[in-house]
Amino acid sequence: MNKTFKKTLKQKKYNYGFYTKVKSKTFPLGLNSMIIKRLSKIKNEPKWMTKLRLKSYYHWKNNKKYPEWANLKYKKLNFNKISYFSGIKNKKDKKIIKTFDKLGLPIKNNKKTISIDYVFDSISINTTYNKILKKHGIIFCSISEAIIKYQKLIKKYLGSVVPYYDNFYSSLNTAVFSDGSFCYIPKGIKCPIDLSTYFRINNGKIGQFERTLIIVDEGGSVSYLEGCTAPIRQNNQLHAAVVELIALKNSKIKYSTVQNWYPGDKHGKGGIYNFVTKRGICKKKSKISWIQVETGSSVTWKYPSCILEGDNSIGEFRSISLSKNYQQIDTGSKMIHIGKNTSSLIISKGISTNYSKNTYRGLVKICKSAKNSKNYTQCDSLLIGNKCSTYTYPNIISMNKTSKIEHESTISKVEDEQIFYCNQRGISKDKAMSIIVSGFSYNIINKLPLEFALEAKELLKIELENSVG
Amino acid sequence: MLKIKNLYSSINNTLIIKNLNLKIKNGEIHILMGPNGSGKSTLSYIITGKPKYKINKGEIIFCKKKINELSPDKISKLGIFLSFQNPIEIDGITMFNFLKILKKKNNFKKLYKLCKILNIDKKDLYRFFNLGFSGGEKKKNEILQMLILKPKFIILDEIDSGLDIDTIKYLFKIIKIYLKNNPKCSLLIITHNTSIIKYIIPNKVHIIYNGSIILSGNSELIYKIEKIGYNGLIKKKYNDKK
Ligand SMILES: Nc1ncnc2c1ncn2[C@@H]1O[C@H](COP(=O)(O)OP(=O)(O)O)[C@@H](O)[C@H]1O
Ligand SMILES: [Mg+2]
Repeated sequence: MNKTFKKTLKQKKYNYGFYTKVKSKTFPLGLNSMIIKRLSKIKNEPKWMTKLRLKSYYHWKNNKKYPEWANLKYKKLNFNKISYFSGIKNKKDKKIIKTFDKLGLPIKNNKKTISIDYVFDSISINTTYNKILKKHGIIFCSISEAIIKYQKLIKKYLGSVVPYYDNFYSSLNTAVFSDGSFCYIPKGIKCPIDLSTYFRINNGKIGQFERTLIIVDEGGSVSYLEGCTAPIRQNNQLHAAVVELIALKNSKIKYSTVQNWYPGDKHGKGGIYNFVTKRGICKKKSKISWIQVETGSSVTWKYPSCILEGDNSIGEFRSISLSKNYQQIDTGSKMIHIGKNTSSLIISKGISTNYSKNTYRGLVKICKSAKNSKNYTQCDSLLIGNKCSTYTYPNIISMNKTSKIEHESTISKVEDEQIFYCNQRGISKDKAMSIIVSGFSYNIINKLPLEFALEAKELLKIELENSVG
Repeated sequence: MLKIKNLYSSINNTLIIKNLNLKIKNGEIHILMGPNGSGKSTLSYIITGKPKYKINKGEIIFCKKKINELSPDKISKLGIFLSFQNPIEIDGITMFNFLKILKKKNNFKKLYKLCKILNIDKKDLYRFFNLGFSGGEKKKNEILQMLILKPKFIILDEIDSGLDIDTIKYLFKIIKIYLKNNPKCSLLIITHNTSIIKYIIPNKVHIIYNGSIILSGNSELIYKIEKIGYNGLIKKKYNDKK
């Protein structure tokens, strides 16, 4: 460990920044059709999957339009300096088990009543609580396993919400995705425990291309949690995920994320580039709720969205994003109303500190067919200090007259008066700041599943204590 | 307990407190009166170490310790409590959670008991801090925090303004009980209301005008203000000097 590295560690207090030394098979840097074929082969994928990957790859290669519309400034990635696969040789390696112990998510003797799929670099290590799930006919496994075992479902739904040609990163992801989770909840089944995937990037040169697909059949419901961390590194690393949710008639999906990828150091060096496409489709009377807490990554580009296709369906997006140092977050949601009487809710709360940039970008589109639909959007920003910035780009398109759209947005500064008041009660400045921030975040945090809520609260606290003063 | 010597203090480069002297002994009750804008709240902020208030000259000594340069949380920890003229609101934090931060040992039982004493609806503990509270409820919340923190020195900045007579009476009753139980505790009451004398008998009364204490005396002074007003007093002093 060299000196500067040590120093960043000390300043950062990013508690998940350690590296696990394990034997793994890592692809050479660069991307070409051979790499993709090799990847597909390692995973024993059926031919149609290999074909789909190649089709996406060529589409990506030929239409390479680097997305530049976001309110973000960063060095363009060199896709030939990334390795597209790193799989550990022995899934039962004790070091892996130790890694997750250290992250507070033990694979064995897990006291949490959550079924967890553990993804380490490019592959899924283990999925817990499988027996209970099986009893209900619930499928919860890695996407790699599903591609082999549940071909019918995969063929029908993979890419049905986010097609490979959707955007730059969805093309790339479809070509090279390595692992992620697959979940199927059968008709009428309410999943008895929360399902969760924990993503860990360990290897320094790889890009993580996560792919998640959740299908909830008619009348079913599930609550799904996603968490992530990565070691501290000087260089930037790419995480380009695609998540697709399919909520069939009368079903419910709640998708919660606590994103805590390594955010880079005090001077904006290093950190994860988090470019994510998350989208769900709602059939008749179904509901999808996205809840996210974004505190990590040096650059975030992410718009969890809902296509409200079925009549009376509901889409919700609740977000807290905290940016500090030189972090840049461009996030928001798209709600596409197609069915009648559909409703959507967007609550986005951004907290900016230091030199960071926090942007809300949203689209509410009410199509002609979406009669009597409604949307309520609320964007609140909280500024701490005067060197950070916040932006809101709400885009509203309404194509019928029977629908109702409301938009509210506020920008506030942490008031000196509030801090002083707390100080006068013997509360330190840092603590006062986290009280105010936690208050600001309250109505998002309390929608998170309990266990996640505690973690998120803790995260908002730690992060802030580092950024004050 | 508290000694302020030759204090000059400014905010935004405007000198507001000018050559102010004040001495409060253990267990004493002082009333500080003066017209609007005379610097009463400013003085309370300077004592409690509010940032941006600059001390140009002079010193503030609390329990033999110079506190001029301490941060406000440290000053609070020494046992100085300010009941604010306009307490702030904090969205998203319940009263209960805030009060728990003040003292970890606070449990439901203790808080419920204090609420009962202060006539605070238990349900208010689960409302967000001061959000949508009436003026009176906010002031009660200040006294609730005072009882929790058990300070040695209390400043009440206009606790009586905007409250109904019954509530004022009741709050002072509780404050007096606190003083009785903590006989060394001193109290500085800031007000511009002469009827304060109905609720509490001070050891000393000071008149502040334009940033300085221009007159000090006993409760008689309050009756004088009632008769001839601040202006009358100031004129009189001016003439006497001549
Ligand atoms: N932040 C500030 N900047 C400049 N002047 C101020 C500031 N705060 C208060 N003052 C001035 O200081 C004087 C005293 O104010 P204050 O202490 O609030 O009076 P009081 O409490 O006696 O009514 C007033 O003239 C007021 O305008
Ligand atoms: Mg005042």
